[in-house]
Amino acid sequence: MGDHSLRDKRATLAEAASLVKDGDHIAIGGCLLSRTPIALIREVIRRRPQRLELSRNLACYEADLLMVAGEITRLTTSWMGIGLPWGVSKVMRHFVESGQVEFDEWSHLALGLRYRAAAMGLSFLPTRSMLGSDLIRNKQVKLMADPFTGEQLCAVPALRPDVALIHVHRADRYGNGQIDGYTHMDADISRAAGRVILSTEELIEPEELRRHGDRTTVPFFTVDAVVEARFGAFPHECWGAYDADFDAIGEYADAVAVDGPLAAKQWLERWVLEPESFADYLALFGDDRIAARRATAAELLA
Amino acid sequence: MSSVATVDEILAVSASRLLEDGKLVFAGVGTPLLASILAQRTHAPRLTIVVEGGIVGPDIKAGELPVSTNEMRAGRHASTLTSITDIFLMAQAGFFDYGFLGGAQIDPYGNINTSVIGDPSRPSIRLPGSGGANDIATHCREVLIVTAHERRRFVEKLDFLTSPGVNATRLVTNLALFDFAGSSRRARLISLQPGVDLDDVRAATGFEFETAEQIRILEPPTTGELGALDELRGGAGRTAVR
Repeated sequence: MGDHSLRDKRATLAEAASLVKDGDHIAIGGCLLSRTPIALIREVIRRRPQRLELSRNLACYEADLLMVAGEITRLTTSWMGIGLPWGVSKVMRHFVESGQVEFDEWSHLALGLRYRAAAMGLSFLPTRSMLGSDLIRNKQVKLMADPFTGEQLCAVPALRPDVALIHVHRADRYGNGQIDGYTHMDADISRAAGRVILSTEELIEPEELRRHGDRTTVPFFTVDAVVEARFGAFPHECWGAYDADFDAIGEYADAVAVDGPLAAKQWLERWVLEPESFADYLALFGDDRIAARRATAAELLA
Repeated sequence: MSSVATVDEILAVSASRLLEDGKLVFAGVGTPLLASILAQRTHAPRLTIVVEGGIVGPDIKAGELPVSTNEMRAGRHASTLTSITDIFLMAQAGFFDYGFLGGAQIDPYGNINTSVIGDPSRPSIRLPGSGGANDIATHCREVLIVTAHERRRFVEKLDFLTSPGVNATRLVTNLALFDFAGSSRRARLISLQPGVDLDDVRAATGFEFETAEQIRILEPPTTGELGALDELRGGAGRTAVR
């Protein structure tokens, strides 16, 4: 990639999503119900990509939607469920148990170290995680001796996604991205991925961003496109900005608990394929519902 | 008010009593977090809770228990918010005294399966997976396994070993308390929950276990402990969800 200059990378959701190509490995930022880049994922699914591989530290039902859309062949994760109160997803079970999607399981730290190794420009990192477990039956893992002490360690290979989708609180037009609250694995993912697409709650002026450079988790030179998408993680949470809408998540969980992949397909139609724009999608929730989640976030962190 | 405690309450109370003051506990959401906050509110006010989402020392609001380790309710007023990888690297560096685990299958050595039921290459049930469980099992100094006591859960041989039992020190159930300190390293029953006899436990356990020479009877949950749990859950076992 040649041009590392400070250049304007503002894009529409459609322009940004066009950076995802068939066969890509896409890494999704955030974690489970937190800062899931819903606006970007919606747009990627709508473009009908083929044979994607997906990685996420804890995967939620966004992975269900990519499965029923027939767009992914492999999921690399440490855990996938809808969330503790809602249990394991019947949709994930259907696709994995029938062999349509491969479930590539790592411990949470091991997956984090795979992204970090790539972020560090190395081919692996060592850890004690997964030693003595069946997780190291995974053929991508190698056992090694610590060169100084001789201790047996588990070497996990760098994971270099083709594309990363990350939602942040604020960014400037160059792609400097700032996250409030926990950063999950997003700093490492942004450095590990070949292409990085940011969606942001708010686009701010570079001068304003520079006043708080210590808050910048994603530096501009890792980023390829930045899209303003207010409420871009909804109905998942965005730290301090809005709480997750548990009713929406519960509604999905109830539907798939009964009808499995069929319900997920209907969900895909209603929330991803039918609403053309992200504004149309948000309108399905309505302003009051979003305002209520904003109020809860403020109350929780007060 | 009924004095009969639920399974979840018995587990939370029994687990909380194992936590010493002044330590760091790595807790997941659900019973582990309830047990840890209960300990803070009873005998261990200087216990610090650490959560997978990169969270140290949160102040969980009563009636707003988190549904995941990575949401605002879990991170509220934390003294540190960092990344997931960093919090687990602190675990690997040896900072955390206790870790809590549960699991779909548990063997007599405290090894745990949360990955698959059946043949791993073509599972009959694909479970959610390790998440941080393998890391907690490997890196926390003492691992407390807390689970409802069900025969199908306690198996001689796991279908898949997700989390090794190397650091397991206690197995807490609604029927009994076990350690792994016997010469065989197999689960050894050291205490019974009140009103439970040894035969009940044997009938409800799918593997053979040892018994300590002297078996104690655990104290039932006190009204103080149950009241604190009620308050935390916002009354009547409610969570933030629906």
